[in-house]
Amino acid sequence: MSDTEQQQIDRATMEVDIACVGFGPAMGGFLTTLARKVINEDGTPALESASMPGMPLQVICYERADDVGFGVSGVVTRARGIRATFPDLDPSQIPMATSVTSEKVLYLLDPIGASRRSAALRLADKLVRSFKWALKFELDAVELPYTPAFLNKHDGLVLTIGQFNQWVGSQLLASGSVQIWPSMPVKEALIEDDGVTGVRLVDQGVDKQGRPDAAFMAGMDIKAALTVIGDGPVGAVGRQLDEHFGMPPGHHQRDWAVGTKFVIDLPEGVGLEPGMVFHTFGYPEPEIFGFFYVHPSGEREGRVASVGIFVPSWFDNPVRTSYRYLQHFIMHPYIWRYVQGGTLRSWGAKSLQESGKRGEPFLAGNGYARIGEGSGSTNVLTGSGVDEAWTTGTQLAEAVLELLKAGKPFTRENLDTAYVERRRQSWVEKEGKIAEHARDGFQRGIISGLLGMGLAGMTKGAVAVHAEPLPPHARLRTPEEFFAGKLSAEEIAKIRRTCAEKNLSLHDVLMDRCGWPAIPFDGQLLITHQDALLVGGKVQAPGGYADHVVFIKPELCSKCGARTCIEICSGQAITPGEGVPNFDREKCVYCGACLWNCSQTVDGEHGNIAFRAGAGGLHSAQN
Amino acid sequence: MPYQIIVCASIVPDPLQTLEPVAGTIPSLKNEMMLPSVLDPWAAHALYEAANLAKQNAGGKVYLVSVAPKAKLQQVMMTVGQKVPFELVAIDGPASGFTDAEETARALAEAIQAIPGLDKSKLLLFGGWESASRGAGATMQIVGELLGITDQFQGVDKITVNSDGSFEVMERVEGGRHQVSLCAGAPAVLGWATGHLGEPRNDPSVGMANMRAIMPALQRAKTAKVGAEGLIYSKVELPRQQRDTRVVKDTSADDIAREIVAWIGQE
Repeated sequence: MSDTEQQQIDRATMEVDIACVGFGPAMGGFLTTLARKVINEDGTPALESASMPGMPLQVICYERADDVGFGVSGVVTRARGIRATFPDLDPSQIPMATSVTSEKVLYLLDPIGASRRSAALRLADKLVRSFKWALKFELDAVELPYTPAFLNKHDGLVLTIGQFNQWVGSQLLASGSVQIWPSMPVKEALIEDDGVTGVRLVDQGVDKQGRPDAAFMAGMDIKAALTVIGDGPVGAVGRQLDEHFGMPPGHHQRDWAVGTKFVIDLPEGVGLEPGMVFHTFGYPEPEIFGFFYVHPSGEREGRVASVGIFVPSWFDNPVRTSYRYLQHFIMHPYIWRYVQGGTLRSWGAKSLQESGKRGEPFLAGNGYARIGEGSGSTNVLTGSGVDEAWTTGTQLAEAVLELLKAGKPFTRENLDTAYVERRRQSWVEKEGKIAEHARDGFQRGIISGLLGMGLAGMTKGAVAVHAEPLPPHARLRTPEEFFAGKLSAEEIAKIRRTCAEKNLSLHDVLMDRCGWPAIPFDGQLLITHQDALLVGGKVQAPGGYADHVVFIKPELCSKCGARTCIEICSGQAITPGEGVPNFDREKCVYCGACLWNCSQTVDGEHGNIAFRAGAGGLHSAQN
Repeated sequence: MPYQIIVCASIVPDPLQTLEPVAGTIPSLKNEMMLPSVLDPWAAHALYEAANLAKQNAGGKVYLVSVAPKAKLQQVMMTVGQKVPFELVAIDGPASGFTDAEETARALAEAIQAIPGLDKSKLLLFGGWESASRGAGATMQIVGELLGITDQFQGVDKITVNSDGSFEVMERVEGGRHQVSLCAGAPAVLGWATGHLGEPRNDPSVGMANMRAIMPALQRAKTAKVGAEGLIYSKVELPRQQRDTRVVKDTSADDIAREIVAWIGQE
């Protein structure tokens, strides 16, 4: 529908005091802190609503997913902010949560010989194998002698975000002080005169292109004095505000990763200590970091694990994928000994915004404030995001309470003073500044990246390897360029033709040709990508919504050589089409990876894919 | 006719999640309180049919009477509450697969009888004819009997109200057919199959309006013992699943049916 057609639609309006977009850890922190002060112990309003006089403050949160617990994240966290909110927190109250009991960092060598390693790294591998007797070497992996302080989560928690969000959500709902409405995606913020006046919900009863269909229901306009945006790194509203108000000078969001994980029921006879954590690097490709966390699980004590990887935007493979690499990761001998014979319990994927401080947008404006990962709170040095997001939420809530009690409006100036300044004085900011350039070295290569992280960590950010990240589209090469030396241009052309005829993506064939062995599917743990959607992610897509992944300029797709969006799609929802790729929203898990995996650009900064608001997606509460 | 349509509906764990029974004095599901739940699907259809009927008959009102753990029921209300207008009558009690139909029916009937302004001459008692987790096949029937309602229909897909207050009911029978009955008028019990309406869209204004009564209803909820205390469960397990997929394009429906029957008959 065009903007003109949109304006002609008669929309119902509702008024609330605070409209919230997205329910994740940041919004959990915001609502938990606020909810405690909204109603007095005798049930009378402590803060009275301006939109509904006589009633308590009307705080309404709209969440896209079908339930509050359908998020994904591999979480090991120091939980400082979370514990400050819940001083008596007992991890046993939260299913699959436990204290960290042991932690190590592992360098994984390549047991197959298929990964792309530089000459320096190959030399390092040779030295490791030669001197393995002097190292903690086991099953093609080397344990580092200590966990760097900046990575250390020794006093932390292992969680699944799904269960954590469920736990937080159920407490919030029981309080009766705030409302959280799932299956209610927000299309956009309502912007008037340099300020945000509320949100517009997504239209329902429309066709794929968004045109009204039978049972059309126009998305309602929710007016609010304050709109809180916590819709994550790929949230439509957050990105709308970035586009409308711009980013602070020198800020951009160019560093990304897609994190993907399995939750695995480990086989009989494998008993690991709950709270065991290891971080990995080196395999399946040097650029891909991984993790393994052991959850408690009642009679299955020590036999449930979250295992996952991060595929970053500076891994320049134009046919990069996450699912198959994840399968190769769990088949590395060091990990395989724990999971072989296990059962896939759940699966999920999400994008991570890894620009940190450099990706921070304007945190507040007239009538709005940003919290969480979409506000640049993730610390890319410590590899920590959930607790930082939670803390930004609590900071905003404290600011809101202060302003409400003083009777001050939610202007940019007031929010800057009460919220932004509070955030600037906190450990989130302090540690974010240390991390600011920690990952720049990866723009030049894996070894300079690791050195850069180490230097930044040890010097608390004083020394780092500096490099200006390029927009993702500027890094991507063609398959012919990337695989030069391994595969000829003629061979790649033949592979392209064959895959086009069969409507398949390229990465499987190219990986096969580069020496990656075929996945030995067992129908239980090693399952096809499509089975993972059904069995693991349980992906759902309610009818009556428009496609939320849209290729902005079709002509750009026609000249794209890489089609990285097809390769990276976590749900195989994007497939080759005639010119423009096809999108099947019934498979989309809302990871948002397509957003930053486009080789074309519409404006020099952003790719050719619009990632809009929609309903459904992952339907598992165990990620 | 301004019907008072009372829908008996409880919650079930979202069937898409991993469900693991845990043995105990009373069996339960692992982390049941943390599992997402939904309204029992057939009862949900009953609710949507009730709302549609109330809308067509001016002055009609829909009540949702539910025995369920309060905290879980509240969460489910955040989804269901956006669909259609209703007034919640909540009863705090278990909603697992190990409740007793007669005890549950008594708790429901008691709560229904306590509804202010209840007029049995206008009462239609709706519910699901099956359940995703309980399926005793008796609860709605017993509720009806306790309320003195002897006109009962099960497997309902459609109700058509006539101008004289009588109504026609279509119930599922074997062979994919329906039995059509003519009922002189309320009261009646209708255990719904899937009906013929699609799931209503999410409407925030309906949600907000419902919420005003949902919270007080949950706070007022009395506790009911419907968990069949005193029984001993010797064994609890998930149904065994066996999956065998074959994609065919040109096979006739009869041949497919024959193959499935043969497969079912295998050891």
